[in-house]
Amino acid sequence: MDGKDTGAPAAARASVEAVFREEHGLLLASLVRRFGDLDLAEEVASEAVEAALRHWPAEGVPARPGAWLLTTARRRAVDRLRRDRTYADRLAVLRVEAERAEPAPPADAGGGLPDDRLQLFFTCAHPALPAEDRGALLLRCLAGLTTAETARAHLVPTATMAQRIVRAKRKIREARIPFRVPGPDELPERLPGVLAAVYSVFTEGYAASSGPHLQRADLAAEAVRLARILHRLMPAEREAAGLLALLLLVHARRAARTGPDGAPVLLADQDRARWDRAMIDEGRALVVAALTGGSPGPYGVQAAIAALHAEAPHADATDWPQIAALYDVLMALAPSPVVALNRAAAVAMRDGPEAGLALLDGLAGEPRLRGHHPYPAARADLLARLGRTAEAAAAYREAIALAGTDPDKADLRRRLAALADAPPPQR
Amino acid sequence: MKYLLLIQTTSVDADGAADECTVEDWMAYDKEVRDAGVFVSGESLADLITATTVRVAPSGERTVTDGPFAETREVLGGFYVIDVPDLDAALDWAARCPGSRGSGAVTVRPVADFSA
Repeated sequence: MDGKDTGAPAAARASVEAVFREEHGLLLASLVRRFGDLDLAEEVASEAVEAALRHWPAEGVPARPGAWLLTTARRRAVDRLRRDRTYADRLAVLRVEAERAEPAPPADAGGGLPDDRLQLFFTCAHPALPAEDRGALLLRCLAGLTTAETARAHLVPTATMAQRIVRAKRKIREARIPFRVPGPDELPERLPGVLAAVYSVFTEGYAASSGPHLQRADLAAEAVRLARILHRLMPAEREAAGLLALLLLVHARRAARTGPDGAPVLLADQDRARWDRAMIDEGRALVVAALTGGSPGPYGVQAAIAALHAEAPHADATDWPQIAALYDVLMALAPSPVVALNRAAAVAMRDGPEAGLALLDGLAGEPRLRGHHPYPAARADLLARLGRTAEAAAAYREAIALAGTDPDKADLRRRLAALADAPPPQR
Repeated sequence: MKYLLLIQTTSVDADGAADECTVEDWMAYDKEVRDAGVFVSGESLADLITATTVRVAPSGERTVTDGPFAETREVLGGFYVIDVPDLDAALDWAARCPGSRGSGAVTVRPVADFSA
């Protein structure tokens, strides 16, 4: 699906591409299911879209574009297999073994595209693949991004991304990573990896780890789309609901999160009128689903924390006791130094800066917080509130040196400068 | 599809058994692999002190040295070759192998197939 010039008018091409992108994951998953080979599936899917770009501008977009694309792609695949006997024999072996491993699913009754995307999720996010490539594969195979778009989203050269994708696909093929949904007994072990891959796409988009731009909204929006598909495919999995809720509730703040100059705006200072209310409502409803009917998972709890922020009409109305309590739950479920850092900040809001600072100082030796600029920044904020200006300034300077993005650095410099004319210490 | 399970052990006692599993564990696993019909081959290797390495220089000169000089902490203790449909099945057999417990690890390598 890397576009080639076919001479189609740009507008028609754009509308066809929009259709194709929506259908891409479905199409690819169906083809993978049928032929058991990701490369062949991608190749014929790409040929089908090229055919669509030739025919649709003249003949109009068919009533069921997905079915048209699938039929065309299948025909191409059969042609290809007729031409290449060796390849066909290899695929035949693959398919026989795949069927031996797993019974075929019931045929799709509606006549539209059967939804085989869940298996593709589990393949792309397979633990045998490098963690940093799983998100890229999801974007390529399920969100329908081209390699160039995936590369841009990750701020790496296209050639680098192409190489990573080729290597990952080669491992899928040669080590025979299967296209299958793990059984109920394996699911608790495998689902967190899929959720984590989608979440990594989101965090990468939400806060660029380096470079001039703080947010890459496109990538975050793609992650929301992936989480939405996953939740639709696994409606009974509460953590899939929790992940979608979390992403929606955080993504709802996107317009308020940066100032006009691109500088980050802290949660407390954001203009809450600019939060996306529809997205918040959807997220809040999902939080209820994620926390109902069993012990909560880490995404559900994080979503509940995000929901409490969303429900506060202004920062002073935030329910900090409840948030601090949820961080206690999160620490028990999925302890990490970063969670501990956020918990300390919530405790500081509930019990005052001294209590928070004591918790932060207890994290001083954590290797995972070394080099993590939010840690000295959080210390600096609390030291400033306690009127310990000199120590606060030193901590801000430490944070500035560690921050990866220019807007983050600028914001920390502003907070450092504000120390000079700070109001008298609180409490 | 054939997969090689390379059983890496960090420390073995004089009998070649690691702390984490007993001879009975290995016998039970071996029986499972054979009963499931996935066994192709498998051996347990003698102690590392018995290993010898051979290299042949471009001149044809042969060098024989004692051991591999195991600076790495992991030592190859044995292997299985199994025939299963896909990587998930191979990983499952690797996870059930006593050699994957505690300080041990099992590396799964697909066997290259040149017949297709």
